[in-house]
Amino acid sequence: MKNLKSSSASAELHAPAVSSFPEKSTEQREKLIRFIKPALVLISTAAAEIVAVGLPDSAKHQKAAYPYFAFFVLAATVLYFLIAVINYGKDKNFDKAFYRAPFFAGTVLFLNILNLVTTKLAVLPTLYFPSLDRVFGTLIEDRTLIFKCVRYSAEILSTGVLGGLIIGFFMGVGIGFNKHMSYWINPIVRILGPIPSTAWIPIVLIAFPTARSASAFMIGLSVWFPTVVLTSSGISNVKNSYFEVASTLGANTFWKVFRIGVPAAMPSIFLGLFNGICASFVALMTAEMIGAKYGIGWYVNWQKEMMCYANVYAGLIVIAVLFYLIITILFKIRDRVLGWQKGVIKW
Amino acid sequence: MVIEFKDVKKSFVQMDGETVQALNGVNLTINQGDFICLIGPSGCGKSTMLRILAGLDHPTEGAVYLDDVKITKPGCDRGLVFQEHNLFPWLTIYENVAYGLKARHIYKEKKDSVNEFIKLVGLEGFEKSYPHQLSGGMCQRASLARALIGHPKALLLDEPLGALDAFTRMNMQDELLRIKKEQNMTMIMVTHDVDEAVYLSSKIVVMSPRPAKIEEILEVPLSQPRDRNNPEFIRLRSEILKVLDFAGKEHEIEYEI
Repeated sequence: MKNLKSSSASAELHAPAVSSFPEKSTEQREKLIRFIKPALVLISTAAAEIVAVGLPDSAKHQKAAYPYFAFFVLAATVLYFLIAVINYGKDKNFDKAFYRAPFFAGTVLFLNILNLVTTKLAVLPTLYFPSLDRVFGTLIEDRTLIFKCVRYSAEILSTGVLGGLIIGFFMGVGIGFNKHMSYWINPIVRILGPIPSTAWIPIVLIAFPTARSASAFMIGLSVWFPTVVLTSSGISNVKNSYFEVASTLGANTFWKVFRIGVPAAMPSIFLGLFNGICASFVALMTAEMIGAKYGIGWYVNWQKEMMCYANVYAGLIVIAVLFYLIITILFKIRDRVLGWQKGVIKW
Repeated sequence: MVIEFKDVKKSFVQMDGETVQALNGVNLTINQGDFICLIGPSGCGKSTMLRILAGLDHPTEGAVYLDDVKITKPGCDRGLVFQEHNLFPWLTIYENVAYGLKARHIYKEKKDSVNEFIKLVGLEGFEKSYPHQLSGGMCQRASLARALIGHPKALLLDEPLGALDAFTRMNMQDELLRIKKEQNMTMIMVTHDVDEAVYLSSKIVVMSPRPAKIEEILEVPLSQPRDRNNPEFIRLRSEILKVLDFAGKEHEIEYEI
């Protein structure tokens, strides 16, 4: 409430100051504008807390054990300020540290409205749009099962992605450099590759002993195709003069393959890896819906069948965070490896 | 060190199945310490000569010998610099220059020479830069250092200054002469620029197109450093232009028919 007051006070101060002390007012104005960004976060959070705690829940909703949503918003805001202050401490750049403040405030506002129309007013069907308290509550109360599912999914995903990546990479290098491999393997890649990995389900289910290995294979397949195609095309697009220069410098074939071809093709290889990982998410979710015992995709599907939509949303949040983290890590690695490139696309 | 072209012929088969004679019986001897310029209109096979010497192309007939050993493949005894600098963009200037040493697994013993050659071409302070951060002239210097670091017996230059602006170009010509002197290097350079050829070389090989062959080999009796306004310099230049003009006219007629 205090912040609401201060911002309205600033607006009042503003008008008369312009006429009497124009110079001082610009300075003051700039100062005030700077603090509007963090103030927005506080206002938005305060509003969300007031709605969450102050208004009574609709009777149509199942009651949550605690006001989880209020906790969550508070924790997120505290965390946001902590990070912003740490960033400010690093380079003393206030505008940079609070650059995302309006966005954060907006997100909280959106959640606040969502909370109002679901938990408080029950405008939307309560079965499909559970209260936010229960969505966030699930993340805490069901954490053991969710964690187990995440671990299970992560194991399958990493096995599949690593397998598909390694096979795809070496196959791509082989096709890119060796005429015979290109002759024999390339047509197979072209025919089998475009088949969506989920279309393999009927065969994969009988060919593999466990659902886990079947899922890992499908994920591997979905990573393998873009990796092999973009690795081999990356290598065949490397300027021939690089190889010529290398041979006049005394490089042997192995050196030319792995110290010229591969690094020069790296931008393309990363593109393939990015496409492959995105495809692997689809494969993972599908694979887990066809006979897995655990896994985050399985969790969402299972909860849907149980009509527990709070858990479905909680699962979706976990999936979003998980995949966001994976892609972010991938891009961090890429930025390190491709630091030499001009104008790399930022994630 | 002696390089000998012995009756080198090279023909290419074009897309339409027609055979094009790129070199028609080239005989040439290059001695230690020579600065040879190959000059002639485009398509006269001068780059082909250099590529055969580098081992990147193979003659259809005849052979090139380096110290009586037939050249069959590229090797670190012949350094090569292209018109484009062709520095590896994913490596820093230091790593680019050190590349030859690393590829031959002698980097550990010869580590110090990397900085020595970076200094030789005047790029101290840019070791950690990437090629795209430097100007064209600087990149060409780095690519010179990269070719020189393995102490090749001969340095082959395929229009190395062609992509540079006039000012940088004249600057680099003097650099080349300085490096040649300091390293007692044999240099063979392909160029379009008559002025450059007279300024740099000890011998100028003037070539004619189709049938591609050596039209004339001119000794340049001038001592280094050379003055571009020296009467002998100007006389040589016009003589080459005359030979080239003749060659060029024949070329034109061929196309007019």
